Amino acid sequence: MTDVHIIGAGIHAFGRHDDKTGLDQGVFAVREALKDAGLDWTDIQFGFGGSDAAGNADAVLPRLGLTGIQFINVKNGCAAGGSALLSGYWAIKSGEFDLGVVVGFDKHPRGAFSPTPADWGLPEWYGETGLMLTTQFFGNKINRYMGLHGISATTLGRVAEKAFENGVRTPHAWRREAIGLNAIMNSRMISDPLTQYMFCSPAEGGAALILASDRKMRELGLSGPKVRGAAVRTRVNGSFEVFSPSLDVERGPSPTQMASKAAYEMAGVGPSDIDVAQLQDTESGAEIMHMAENGFCADGEQERLLAEGATRLGGKLPVNTDGGCLACGEPIGASGLRQVYENVQQLRGRADGRQVADAKLGYSQVYGAPGLSGVVILEA
Amino acid sequence: MALAPIADGLFEVVEGVPHLIGGRRKSDGRMVFPMPAGPEGQNYETVRLSPDGRLWSFTVQRFRPKSPPYAGADDEKSFRPYALGYVELPGEVIVESRIETDDFTALKVGAPMRLKLVPFQKVGGDVLAYAFEPVA
Repeated sequence: MTDVHIIGAGIHAFGRHDDKTGLDQGVFAVREALKDAGLDWTDIQFGFGGSDAAGNADAVLPRLGLTGIQFINVKNGCAAGGSALLSGYWAIKSGEFDLGVVVGFDKHPRGAFSPTPADWGLPEWYGETGLMLTTQFFGNKINRYMGLHGISATTLGRVAEKAFENGVRTPHAWRREAIGLNAIMNSRMISDPLTQYMFCSPAEGGAALILASDRKMRELGLSGPKVRGAAVRTRVNGSFEVFSPSLDVERGPSPTQMASKAAYEMAGVGPSDIDVAQLQDTESGAEIMHMAENGFCADGEQERLLAEGATRLGGKLPVNTDGGCLACGEPIGASGLRQVYENVQQLRGRADGRQVADAKLGYSQVYGAPGLSGVVILEA
Repeated sequence: MALAPIADGLFEVVEGVPHLIGGRRKSDGRMVFPMPAGPEGQNYETVRLSPDGRLWSFTVQRFRPKSPPYAGADDEKSFRPYALGYVELPGEVIVESRIETDDFTALKVGAPMRLKLVPFQKVGGDVLAYAFEPVA
């Protein structure tokens, strides 16, 4: 089977853009990706597109050109963008196509997501009594983790502090001002122990990648990071997910642990080989727990690692070099592709002001409702 | 006058002791709460769950949730933060619940908890809901 490379990457800055639709931002990202690769839309053989709340991804076609290509809308919870990438990856890996685009974009209303119990197969009383908030899930999960593994609230604050520091250096980030540790710790409590600045916000943005087979890439005289491993996994009995009125007493692995293991096996590498990582940081606690779930440390080691600055730029393993969801916000359809976009910049040596020296292997992990995780490992 | 339960089949009182009602899947014994309704319920047998357990995780809801789905009779001004979390019922299932306490700082994973039925001030009138409270 052929190798798959990312030969172009484009992004529309994340944040709030009142004058643009989600679709506008997706189309912009595709054009940027094409420009990056030096290709025309008419070169593209297929597309996969993810959008959760900003309409059909397929609506990019009339703007980019009705060339008749296979284009498939991907809707897969918080991993919509990551799933679009996986679909494109397999389309080329299978030998069926050798040049395509994956795009993700979104535009969410301000404030917390507002779910309906019936949409989740849950009874009305669950929402009525005030148990159906995503923020509660995150508070519950990290509170237990902190209790079991000795993580302090200060460490949660350090994650957010780092995110905003990195956001200052990132053109596509939304929040581009540093926020001090004290201000983070003392901001409004949302769901204990998580404060306002420890949570990301729903946002807007778009990201797109051009994928090519090894042969096609060489034929075009182009280059780009190789996809060494890619996997999406969903929840099993015993994993702890959002909107769960009950959990199994017998605990099981998380979808992140499963996707991570699968991607490492595909890539034939381990966590110690990774130079730069983008990990889902819906809130500070998620980044802490995902460091362990993706194999980068043992449970509890984060307390020391964060204090040492191991995950900052210049540290042993820089995490979320573009500020992650905390600094960029989370447009669901685009979020997983943003992570991969950032790794492409890092591996191509283009991450001005936030470049990880000699980055050869980049790792990204997107996670979210209803309990799925997608991991991609890229090699320069 | 006794309050009506917020939902049918959610809990029952037996000899003065409240119990949540869960379901055990006939095919593999997996336990869930609440007992599934409708056609899916045919795959489960009802289980009267233990009223005693231990706190598995917790958090505090600091702002009034969005309505819908939240149906509390309070408003932004009268809203009071409440604790909630998961309680492990040994050998059965881990259930999500409001936690009745005014001392949020005293909550600890592993603390003993007991089920009680509590009035819930819902838009349109009070109903009976469930909560766990720390065992003194």
